[in-house]
Amino acid sequence: MIRFKNIALAPAAVAVLLALGAVSRADDAAPAPAAPAAAPAPSAATAPTPAKAAAAPNANQGAPTPGDNAADEASQPSPPRQSWSFSGFFGGYDQAQLQRGFKIYREICGNCHRLSIPFRTLSDPSGPGFSEAQIKALAATYQVTNDTPNDKGEIFKRPGIPSDLIPPPDAYPNPEAAAATFGKEPPDMWVLAKARKYERGFPWFIFDALPFVQYQEVGADYIHAILTGYTNSKDPSWNLYFPGHKIAMPQPIADDAVEYTDGTPAKLDNYAQDVTAFLYWAAEPTLVERKKTGLRVMIFLIVFAGLLYLVKKKVWAKIH
Amino acid sequence: MSGSSTYVPKSALGRWFENRLPIVGLVHSSFVVFPVPRNLNYMWTFGAILSFMLVAQIVTGVVLAMHYTPESTMAFSSVEHIMRDVNYGWLMRYLHSNGASMFFLAVYMHIFRGIYYGSYKAPREVLWILGVIIYLLMMATAFMGYVLPWGQMSFWGATVITNLFTAIPVVGKSVAIWLWGGYAIDNATLNRFFSLHYLLPFMIAGVVGLHVWALHVVGQNNPDGVEVKNVERDTVAFTPYATLKDAFGLAVFLIVYAWFVFYIPNYLGDADNYNNANPLVTPAHIVPEWYLLPFYAILRAIPNKLLGVVCLFGAIALLAFLPWLDTSPVKSAKYRPVFRVFFWAFVADCIGLGWLGSQEVSDSTTLAARLLAFCYFAFFLVVLPLLGLFEKTKPLPASIADAVLASGAPAAQPAE
Repeated sequence: MIRFKNIALAPAAVAVLLALGAVSRADDAAPAPAAPAAAPAPSAATAPTPAKAAAAPNANQGAPTPGDNAADEASQPSPPRQSWSFSGFFGGYDQAQLQRGFKIYREICGNCHRLSIPFRTLSDPSGPGFSEAQIKALAATYQVTNDTPNDKGEIFKRPGIPSDLIPPPDAYPNPEAAAATFGKEPPDMWVLAKARKYERGFPWFIFDALPFVQYQEVGADYIHAILTGYTNSKDPSWNLYFPGHKIAMPQPIADDAVEYTDGTPAKLDNYAQDVTAFLYWAAEPTLVERKKTGLRVMIFLIVFAGLLYLVKKKVWAKIH
Repeated sequence: MSGSSTYVPKSALGRWFENRLPIVGLVHSSFVVFPVPRNLNYMWTFGAILSFMLVAQIVTGVVLAMHYTPESTMAFSSVEHIMRDVNYGWLMRYLHSNGASMFFLAVYMHIFRGIYYGSYKAPREVLWILGVIIYLLMMATAFMGYVLPWGQMSFWGATVITNLFTAIPVVGKSVAIWLWGGYAIDNATLNRFFSLHYLLPFMIAGVVGLHVWALHVVGQNNPDGVEVKNVERDTVAFTPYATLKDAFGLAVFLIVYAWFVFYIPNYLGDADNYNNANPLVTPAHIVPEWYLLPFYAILRAIPNKLLGVVCLFGAIALLAFLPWLDTSPVKSAKYRPVFRVFFWAFVADCIGLGWLGSQEVSDSTTLAARLLAFCYFAFFLVVLPLLGLFEKTKPLPASIADAVLASGAPAAQPAE
């Protein structure tokens, strides 16, 4: 049985959800500490948040607190939400931004972090879109250890070619070498943007899954926040957004660290935006193809479901 | 209800074949003329949806297995290789990983529908138990599939679950070592999990065959929970009626599935699983996939490890005893006003347990989880046995046809 009054309720329910989703966005805009604490649910479920907040100051009494951030020390603010070209239904990558981001990777991040993708993928037209000649020239500037020895049985290095993976940083040829310097190995950046998150908490995580208010860019916002979170001038390894605030990576980038040639201001926030967008592309290079395919699939399925409904209704009408 | 095949082959070849292997007649009697209660609602389309999902998971899984490397130093990068270098590899992988979640979403709708309408009651006990076996096999398959990408959560989830077996008295440690193929989770474990992950779906398919067979012997339950009395008045033919309704239900379900695959493909996964497995770094917060969270919450709520494991498996095993735990002769919650309240409380209880399973352990979450776990078991062991004795049920309609007419459906034309 189809119950028409139920079907009529559906658009109303969708409208309510969208409104709630919009509220969730408004909440994100405010630089408030973790939103879930505000959720007024009477159940025991919300109890842990106040408990944790109460416990945090005690935990911090033992550790030396940096002077100019004492107030922030007790709380762990959520990364502020950025607007990304690759979010939403039709989001894609901004080629110029990815090219700037790659420049930052190459000059800054690449000194310590691996990025295990082949040079050739940098020519991805929906990604950074470098020309074939550019890729060839770029690859040749790297020295790559050949997979197999030469005819004398020696392992040798040669200039890179587009099909090679970007080699590990010269200073840290293996993760152990980097761990010895920093206390922790700098993670490979190829899937980094998908491997990082922050807790959205109830009820926001529900809205993040819904059409029109979907939010998939938690990893990007987290990375951007970390890069801009070195707000304590006295302690270079104190980060506002890093869980626990003590981060092994000293502040990697500041204003004017990388030269931009396209007129984009050489500001930390722009650097953070650009390199994060680049890393998001590196982690999800098929995003544009995925969303394009998705649109076609969605249109097909909605039309197909509509036709099936009409046929079903017509056939069933006979027996009522 | 079945077995009465009315199939008559039209061609001489068809007759020749039908006399030797009556498979066309079997399909005809099972999926064309099979009588379907005419009052089924859309909750009854999940059987067809689940069949589709099983096939979809097997097809995408077979393609993924062609490109995946079940070796502990290469598994993680081979998944990324699928995502980046294989043509439509990203599609196959996202279809498969989200497909698992969609499969469970559908199976939970199917199970809760069965509980709401008392579909486990006589004569459908065996049909129901086969369903519980499928659910168990699905959980084992999904768990082992989640280990294969060899991310942090794969590795540590496998550690937590396989360690459950060490709780078995005397032989526990030996069982765990046997499962691991070594003294810890390593390449040997990954290899056997891959092998079993490929095997189990076909075992599921086998039990699904039995499930459908049993269904076609006893016939479908229906929202009014009264059995078919008059095939002419109470039922419609499977094709075109149920076929079209299932097709529409499936198409709507696919829209939801496609939404996850194409727009929020990593929403249901844990970000930590994009970090390669590292036995030396324990994640701050180990959580299973969402569909196992309620059981994980029950496990963590019990302070004694062995008892926790017993409760975890008991929570699933109890489902198989539902036909005898529920003492009410009335099937459908439509005619059981008190049961209906307890049913929705039970649904809320399961969702609450799931949420608690995803949270970090604290005194308050443990307390809440104990409370909800107690309610979970009380639903099966106290509420269902007692309700049947005390509940005053509403009068049942005389037949399915009477129920349909009473609900105000326009009876303009006679049945075909």
